[in-house]
Amino acid sequence: MVEEESVRVVRCGGSELNFRRAVFSADSKYIFCVSGDFVKVHSTATEECVHILQGHRNLVTGIQLNPNNHLQLYSCSFDGTVKLWDYVDGILIKTFVVGLKLHALFTLPSAEDSVFVIINKEKPDVFQLVSVKLPKSSSQEIEAKELSFVLDYINQSPKCIAFGNEGEYVAAVRDFYLSVYFFKKKTTSRFTLSSSRNKKHAKNNFTCVACHPKEDCIATGHKDGKIRLWRNFDDDKKYTYTCLHWHHDMVMDLAFSVTGTSLLSGGRESVLVEWRDATEKNKEFLPRLGATIEHISVSPAGDLFCTSHSDNKIIVIHRNLEASAVIQGLVKDSNIFTGLMVDPRTKALVLNGKPGHLQFYSLQHDKQLYNLDIIQQEYINDYGLIQIELTKAAFGCYGNWLATVEQRQEKETELELQMKLWMYNKKTQGFVLNTKVNMPHEDHITALCFCNAEKFENPTLVTSSKDGHFKVWILTDDSDIYKKAVGWTCDFVGSYHKYQATNCCFSEDGSLLAVSFEEIVTIWDSETWELKCTFCQRAGKIRHLCFGRLTCSKYLLGATENGILCCWNLLSCALEWSAKLNVRVMEPDPNSENIAAISRSSVGSDLFVFKPSEPRPLYIQKNISREEVQWGVFVPRDVPESFTSEAYQWLNRSQFYFLTKSQSLLTFSTKSPEEKLTPTSKQLLAEESLPTTPFYFILGKHREQQDEKINEAFESELVQLPLTENIPAISELLHTPAHVLPSASFLCSKFVSSLLLSKETKSGEEIPEDVDMEEGKESDDSDEENDFTEKIQDTNNTDLGEDLLHQLSKSEEKELRKFRKVDYSWITVL
Amino acid sequence: MDAFGGPIWSMAVSPCGSQLLVGCEDGSVKLFQITPDKIQFERNFDRQKSRILSLSWHPSGTHIAAGSIDYISVFDVKSGSAVHKMLVDRQYMGVSKRKCIIWGVAFLSDGTVISVDSAGKVQFWDSATGTLVKNHLIANADVQSIAVSDQEDSFVVGTAEGTVFHFQLVSVTSNSSEKQWVRTKPFQHHTHDVRAVAHSPTALISGGTDTHLVIRPLMEKVEVKNYDAALRKITFPHRRLISCSKKRHLLLFQFAHHLELWRLGSTVATGKNGDTLPLSKDADHLLHLKTKGPENIICSCISPCGSWIAYSTTSRFFLYRLNYEHDNISLQRVSKMPAFLRSALQILFSEDSTKLFVASNQGSLHIIRLLEGSFKHLHTLQPQSGTVESMCLLAVSPDGNWLAASGTSAGVHVYNIKHLKLHCTVPAYNFPVTALAIAPNTNNLVIAHSDQQVFEYSIPDKQYTEWSRTIQKQGFHYLWLQRDTPITHISFHPKRPMHILLHDAYMFCIIDKSLPLPNDKTLLYNPLPPTNESDVIRRRTAHAFKISKIYKPLLFMDLLDERTLVAVERPLDDIIAQLPPPIKKKKFGT
Repeated sequence: MVEEESVRVVRCGGSELNFRRAVFSADSKYIFCVSGDFVKVHSTATEECVHILQGHRNLVTGIQLNPNNHLQLYSCSFDGTVKLWDYVDGILIKTFVVGLKLHALFTLPSAEDSVFVIINKEKPDVFQLVSVKLPKSSSQEIEAKELSFVLDYINQSPKCIAFGNEGEYVAAVRDFYLSVYFFKKKTTSRFTLSSSRNKKHAKNNFTCVACHPKEDCIATGHKDGKIRLWRNFDDDKKYTYTCLHWHHDMVMDLAFSVTGTSLLSGGRESVLVEWRDATEKNKEFLPRLGATIEHISVSPAGDLFCTSHSDNKIIVIHRNLEASAVIQGLVKDSNIFTGLMVDPRTKALVLNGKPGHLQFYSLQHDKQLYNLDIIQQEYINDYGLIQIELTKAAFGCYGNWLATVEQRQEKETELELQMKLWMYNKKTQGFVLNTKVNMPHEDHITALCFCNAEKFENPTLVTSSKDGHFKVWILTDDSDIYKKAVGWTCDFVGSYHKYQATNCCFSEDGSLLAVSFEEIVTIWDSETWELKCTFCQRAGKIRHLCFGRLTCSKYLLGATENGILCCWNLLSCALEWSAKLNVRVMEPDPNSENIAAISRSSVGSDLFVFKPSEPRPLYIQKNISREEVQWGVFVPRDVPESFTSEAYQWLNRSQFYFLTKSQSLLTFSTKSPEEKLTPTSKQLLAEESLPTTPFYFILGKHREQQDEKINEAFESELVQLPLTENIPAISELLHTPAHVLPSASFLCSKFVSSLLLSKETKSGEEIPEDVDMEEGKESDDSDEENDFTEKIQDTNNTDLGEDLLHQLSKSEEKELRKFRKVDYSWITVL
Repeated sequence: MDAFGGPIWSMAVSPCGSQLLVGCEDGSVKLFQITPDKIQFERNFDRQKSRILSLSWHPSGTHIAAGSIDYISVFDVKSGSAVHKMLVDRQYMGVSKRKCIIWGVAFLSDGTVISVDSAGKVQFWDSATGTLVKNHLIANADVQSIAVSDQEDSFVVGTAEGTVFHFQLVSVTSNSSEKQWVRTKPFQHHTHDVRAVAHSPTALISGGTDTHLVIRPLMEKVEVKNYDAALRKITFPHRRLISCSKKRHLLLFQFAHHLELWRLGSTVATGKNGDTLPLSKDADHLLHLKTKGPENIICSCISPCGSWIAYSTTSRFFLYRLNYEHDNISLQRVSKMPAFLRSALQILFSEDSTKLFVASNQGSLHIIRLLEGSFKHLHTLQPQSGTVESMCLLAVSPDGNWLAASGTSAGVHVYNIKHLKLHCTVPAYNFPVTALAIAPNTNNLVIAHSDQQVFEYSIPDKQYTEWSRTIQKQGFHYLWLQRDTPITHISFHPKRPMHILLHDAYMFCIIDKSLPLPNDKTLLYNPLPPTNESDVIRRRTAHAFKISKIYKPLLFMDLLDERTLVAVERPLDDIIAQLPPPIKKKKFGT
């Protein structure tokens, strides 16, 4: 750990995967997508992220395969560079510095040494398509300043540019016209839709364009949902077009299949439409894709499509219109009402996801773990409809219970409220609805909290509402003669002088409940539900309320709307201290006494970390974000860090994440971004780059293993394998047809050993003291595997004379390795 | 002539024009030889199982394609045998319909057969191999008609949903010669079935059950912006369907299969300009005269005195005598029509109702004297030698001395009735005549053409009048020339010799020859000038064309007497209300 490095605010994943069209590799094994400043390489089969190509210093705006070498990838970024990557190994090959903000990238097989980019020279809304000559040079960083203009006054979005007929022409759309530039003739034809001027409400605007791969045909999408297919466009007079109309709203993207026989289109309906033979009547649908289709792309091999959606997901779709894989990032398109929470079981970040859903987002892997459908109603995507909103959620009892509140308010007097309580089911590893409470309160529920104290046998939930009451809900036995069941019922209703209850909070040990009624804080005994005392500072309504923890558990903190932060001593029932601070977010750290408060000033948001026992903050960072910070949360670290510097000690146990108004998820880090996100499975990649044969994992892997150089790295990686599904040997065993597999007796021992290996090494990783024992076991395991391979080779490779020679050396090597292994572990013990 | 195959469903003339194909109910295709004097049966083709609904010749004349039910046959003309039988899929959007009717076929010179059928498909077949090449499903209902352009680079089909689709032959890529048929633009100008389509070099023409004829110009073929460059929707025939007896205030309405005679109501009330006065006497429906047989009425006329009605179908001519006894009317058919009076294109009575002029479809004009209850053939004016064109418009001068007759393209001939000979011929003009009238006293012939030009020709002087020359020199107002429908009737005010009254379907106009002509800068359709304006302004803005657009669609307008005008409107909604309901289409969002 680099200790003296300063703490910086960094973006932590959750970037838009749907910012640009995803790109398939030539063999359709990988899919590339932009993700903030990175390019992510995912496997199309497993959805796993294989590589993250890091190097750009600003948003990546375009990716394309190198048409001359399909194992390389070009990317361009706002930082003004075009980078060439080897995506198989995740290596940056070259950087071409253009020096202008690049908005999109296009490549052409016919233009060997140049790429096309969209730049913006003078006016803010006028973009140009230029071709950039990429000079040949052996150096890593090359200046590429040779630009030649192709088209002016085009749209910024790469969806509005398409190259056709192997680069003979380029079509660009903007507003109401389509312009086609012919490279050979060096002429531009321009076609304007005239009806836009004389018809009222005619939404003829072009939105996207695609070119037929084989024929001279341009497809354009329009704002009114129409698709036009233009032909004969090399003649200004004889041009003609056909209309296809199914979408009722804007066509978001279009793509032709590789052979050009079908056209794909998508829009806000969340339905992928395949127009076969470009005829109106012959169309196929893939409905219920969940969210607006933003981009469509087609693999060069022609077997896969993919759609990028507005809820930050990419769906890989088979040629026969069956969704085969989903790459889901952090869903960002809805308002966050629930705030940020941490699921105590999975340590995943939990917040509003798709409309009516809670999303569980893994911060480590930057992917969505799963979606919990709370509202359980079909979402109708239409403007002006008042939807049911998921407004509150809380976890209780170490993640065993989840409480959610949903509301819908059509008119002032018609409030629909529903509270749901979900129980974690260990068998299904998910939440199951237990109790549904209709109208738990008369008015909006303002806060929801579980009593998380250990001594409480009976789970308890408190809700506070604007109707002036707070209600205590307890779990009771709901069994009848048919089944055993538990359910939640209301146990106590409390109020205080008809004030609106604005917040509630349990103390750490669960003995006290604090409920704020506008300006007044009331303290209740959680055993008898009697009012113990009240605090009133007359400093405005209480916005946040929380108890101190650990050594500071005798303090209660309250932040008011008038910008006063108060700390009361519960023992003396008096105000300990108060400070003038306009607190927007106040979050206690579950692992320490620290409390983080974010205040809003005119220039930005400032962070204060303090202990309730003393008014002097431990750490102040001004201007963590220019925007308003909406929510924050402390996420406990798996492995505690050890910052010795006093200012950073608050980050040792937990990490602090916060969400701004534009919904970027930020955190504090001292590490460089390259270190922060580690590729999850290099092994997966190494294996996938080899040709896959039925015996590949059985033979090929062990051949690798016998290689001395790879050996060490390989074993250390084996240790990292997280789940049994990811062990390739097992998946291979399950996916290979039975008739090409060797007999089960051969495979059995290997299968079992691979299972053992992953589990034991995992625990080994956690207890570094037991290294020697673990290492010994591991080598034993690999011995077994080696023996096993030899057996297979004996039975199968009778025709290969070379292998016999090989085997001798292999057994020698194995012996050598064993010795070396033993030596190594012995040294570590010392 | 009977083809002896039951009802005839289809006919096609060979590309050289000497042979006629007929498709019959019993499944036979018969070939007839066309000679100048008769049509002669030549041969039968192989009998098919069901009726032949459509026929098309290969442009070389060696093969024909015949569309039947569920299949298309290709015949060799020489041998008369079916070369290929191409079965059409009955499937319609996955549902098997009972039968697939081939409504139309088109044989292209490259051997492609295009078929349209009741399952909503347009299919391309290779006639050499008898295989389906391409299939376009374009409608949920029948595709009923097809027409191919002469260059065979585009064709048009009409569907029962009222949509007309345009197909074009476009090259696949700009640098290859390979071409493909692509459906390009749909046009929805009809509400009902499009029964017939035609493809002119510059326009697509379609017509159907909804009584509209739509001419949609192909913009890429139009060189200059003129009359042809605009979409035309023709609802009413460009001819007079109503005649009026001024003396008895009777109106004769011509329908397809019957005539109606109405007596106009009258009022005693008076009111201001713009008022609608209550009727003191309602209009009477006097007569409903049905034709015999299935033939349509071509033309009809009532004499100015109201005692004669004449009408003609395609094969018969009828003359009736009306007797009025107080309120009772008796109708008496004048029998024993002469053999030459078999059919007429236009019928006209002279102003004093003593003479009947009949323009027959052989190009001759018959003059008949009418007596009380009988008639006498006076004379037949034979057509000019060398012309076969028949006259379709007639006008007689009020004094009964002059008869003007016009064909579709050649000039207007003026005959002297007293001497029963041709007096003069008005110089030919490029556009057909749409209305003719001879002014009283001056005997000036006013001619309106389809390009909206109006000429005035002095019959006694045998030359255009001074006013006509002036307006030709200056030119008509551009808005006048841009009107949609032709002038269908011209009349005169007996007391105001400077006025010409004319109307088309959307406006009524009085041309005052004494006022200055409008130029392109003046307002043509000026509203009534406000009364508080000074005379100077009114005089400055006044021009010869006084146009009223109050009544539309206007079928007929004439002066009954010096102070009364009769106008006949035919609201489009009334016509639509009589139509069968259109095919129901699901409209999104409803």
